[in-house]
Amino acid sequence: MDLFAFVKPKNELETTADKQHNVPFVPEEMWVKCPKCNTLLLTTDMEENLHVCTHCHHHFRMSAKQRIDLLTDKSSFREQDKDLTSKNILSFPGYNEKLEKACKKANESVRCGTGTINGVLTELCVMDADFMMGSMGTVTGEKITRAFEYATENRLPVVICTVSGGARMQEGILSLMQMAKTSGAVKRHSDAGLLYITVLTDPTTGGVTASFAMEGDIILAEPNALVAFAGPRVIEQTMRQKLPKDFQTAEFVLQKGFIDAVVPRASLKPTIARLLKMHGYGED
Amino acid sequence: MANSNTNPVNTNTAYEKVLAARDSNKLTAVDYIKYMFGDSFIELHGDRRFSDDKAIVAGLAMLYETPVTIIGIEKGRNTKERMERNFGQAHPEGYRKALRLMKQAEKFRRPVLCLVDTSGAFPGIGAEERGQGQAIAENLMEMMTLKTPVLTILIGEGGSGGALALAVADEVWMLENAVYSVISPEGCASILWKDSAKAPQAAAALKMTAQDLFGFGMIERIIRQPKADDQSMFESLKLLIMRTFEKNLALTDEELTEQRYARFRKIGTIDSELIP
Repeated sequence: MDLFAFVKPKNELETTADKQHNVPFVPEEMWVKCPKCNTLLLTTDMEENLHVCTHCHHHFRMSAKQRIDLLTDKSSFREQDKDLTSKNILSFPGYNEKLEKACKKANESVRCGTGTINGVLTELCVMDADFMMGSMGTVTGEKITRAFEYATENRLPVVICTVSGGARMQEGILSLMQMAKTSGAVKRHSDAGLLYITVLTDPTTGGVTASFAMEGDIILAEPNALVAFAGPRVIEQTMRQKLPKDFQTAEFVLQKGFIDAVVPRASLKPTIARLLKMHGYGED
Repeated sequence: MANSNTNPVNTNTAYEKVLAARDSNKLTAVDYIKYMFGDSFIELHGDRRFSDDKAIVAGLAMLYETPVTIIGIEKGRNTKERMERNFGQAHPEGYRKALRLMKQAEKFRRPVLCLVDTSGAFPGIGAEERGQGQAIAENLMEMMTLKTPVLTILIGEGGSGGALALAVADEVWMLENAVYSVISPEGCASILWKDSAKAPQAAAALKMTAQDLFGFGMIERIIRQPKADDQSMFESLKLLIMRTFEKNLALTDEELTEQRYARFRKIGTIDSELIP
């Protein structure tokens, strides 16, 4: 299912409103409005607080770069396969233009590489919502598969932070097949006795949920992240009924038994580091 | 009931193929089971965790002298059946039933035949609450290393993850009027162009027909559309299935799972030549 249409940037509307009412006298990048509690926050305060609202603890989306900086020790990240870039392999109408636009915002839908997390060498893949809402195309699948193969060969644990609208429809069946390909690579890593931790961030949906996001030995999620296979809009259309409150939030999915823990952003790195050490990594 | 006497749907364009794949008069999974395996089929029910999903019909049957496990997605052949079968849209318990029977097949190294015909996994509150994404993900992972031959035939619609969850196989075949896609052409058109009436253009762009997919090496074989009264067609299909199982039964577990991994590993490898 390709569902990234419903996950428009949350603060798009607010930004437009701000332009009209509040910000004729200050540079707009100085302020950011929390989409949850509507508090105006100083951008610098919000960023210093790990992109979390200082008032209501709403977790803003982070770019892959910001998340890599959050999780890895300073200057330890060595990026792999940075040159792999999406191509319009099916000559899908309008896809070239979409790719061109996306490339201005981010390198790819996922960045992979090795880095240390509190000193423990780890294979890390971080998806990027800035690139076509983290949708999974062939490059996404290929990079993640290579990451798992590298980790299996070098006996490294894998940590993936997911954010995705699902499989990328402009690559048709090829993007669907990435679900199988990545799952195969996860299985081999798992069969080699190695640890795989997933961190589900807002939103994690569709083909990514139905493949590597849900295949971790330990599955963590950020507070209030949307975690779904079919997105809320699709379900509302099918069911023609209102969805339960907090449906498909990380907390809801936790209560239903499909993830291990909801972890606030500030605790992510120490939590992952503890888990890695409990599995014997970083002892030599 | 026999379904062969209606006018064939025109299948010149991609969207006509989509309509043919959805044609409510075409044969469904239970028809294929009946015409290929007759009385030898014993249906097995339930996922042992939650319930029995009637969108998935599964069991054991004899393929000549060889017992096989059959798992099909069943849309139903009339209104009453379609309601019962949830129009071939499985819930997580359906995928878990399928996986249970695949693991059972592995235990006895019994070949698995999957018959896929679904517009997609069911998008609903219960399905989400019971982990639709997790159920599909687990199937993908476990099927990749299942130590027994797996063959999947798409006999109608192959809708996204809900179809793939039964299609991580040694070989994937499609009927000549079957389609297989990451998203429905209507869904694609309404997301991209805000107009589901542009589904025909989306169908063409998605390259979702059996002929498209065979053209770039996504599937191993296209099967002629059988008719209910064409027993010789079913006999030759059985023979093809048997030959494929025999070939894969002769492999060691390692060879078999290595071959399956390689089949999917190469898809979308950058700069490969499988692109049309």
